[in-house]
Amino acid sequence: MTVNEVASVLDAEIVTAGDLNAEVKTACGSDMMSDVLAFVKDQSVLLTGLNNPQVVRTAEMMDMRCIIFVRGKEPTEEVVALAKQKEITILKTQHRLFTACGLLYSHGLSGGDRS
Amino acid sequence: MSNTLSFDYIVPGDDFTRAGEASSDVKHKLKKIGYDSDAIRRVAIAMYEGEINMVIHAGGGKVHVEISPEKIEMVLSDNGPGIEDVALAMREGYSTAPDKVRALGFGAGMGLPNMKKSTDVMEISTKVGVGTTLHMTVYAKR
Repeated sequence: MTVNEVASVLDAEIVTAGDLNAEVKTACGSDMMSDVLAFVKDQSVLLTGLNNPQVVRTAEMMDMRCIIFVRGKEPTEEVVALAKQKEITILKTQHRLFTACGLLYSHGLSGGDRS
Repeated sequence: MSNTLSFDYIVPGDDFTRAGEASSDVKHKLKKIGYDSDAIRRVAIAMYEGEINMVIHAGGGKVHVEISPEKIEMVLSDNGPGIEDVALAMREGYSTAPDKVRALGFGAGMGLPNMKKSTDVMEISTKVGVGTTLHMTVYAKR
């Protein structure tokens, strides 16, 4: 699905838009960026409740297209500014992490390969 | 004329929000050159983990990067506390990071193992009370 469709499935607000037509197939949900860096391979969506600029840095290093803040977390100005600069889409949803992941999974996104 | 580009960065120790700027810059440069994308990803991960480590543990440090068509070499050096037990530090899940670092999403004890996994060569020289230097190499083609 596209980033735009991800937003609609999660009833999410688009905080800042990168390429909304980018095609995404896999996602990962974590508040621990160390684990994202160590375990993620080709996931293009990151769902998290962690709210600091290193979330955007991590997504950038992993070539991710979209960050979704769950539980209605309001990304800080620094986070939004960095995401804009890196052309990464930021979405905000009221859903909790488990529910948001479940919704995306049931709409066809997968967790990607285990390695 | 050599085919090597080299860059130097200072990683500020007091500002967690700026950690990753050097890695981001290197990633950007490699993309511009048109370097192999898998190699770029591995360099970005290893260097970013290294930057985070320097900010968490060592009060910042320096990064020297050399890019040639065959490989990318990174030297990360700091004047931090050094690593007492390198074998232990290399173990997945072992971390000495304080709780405030975990609250920021790091300190899972995956940094050094992930740096080793992401690079083709990694050498650590460290002395307690003096500092740590990491040499990492990523080949353009694995």
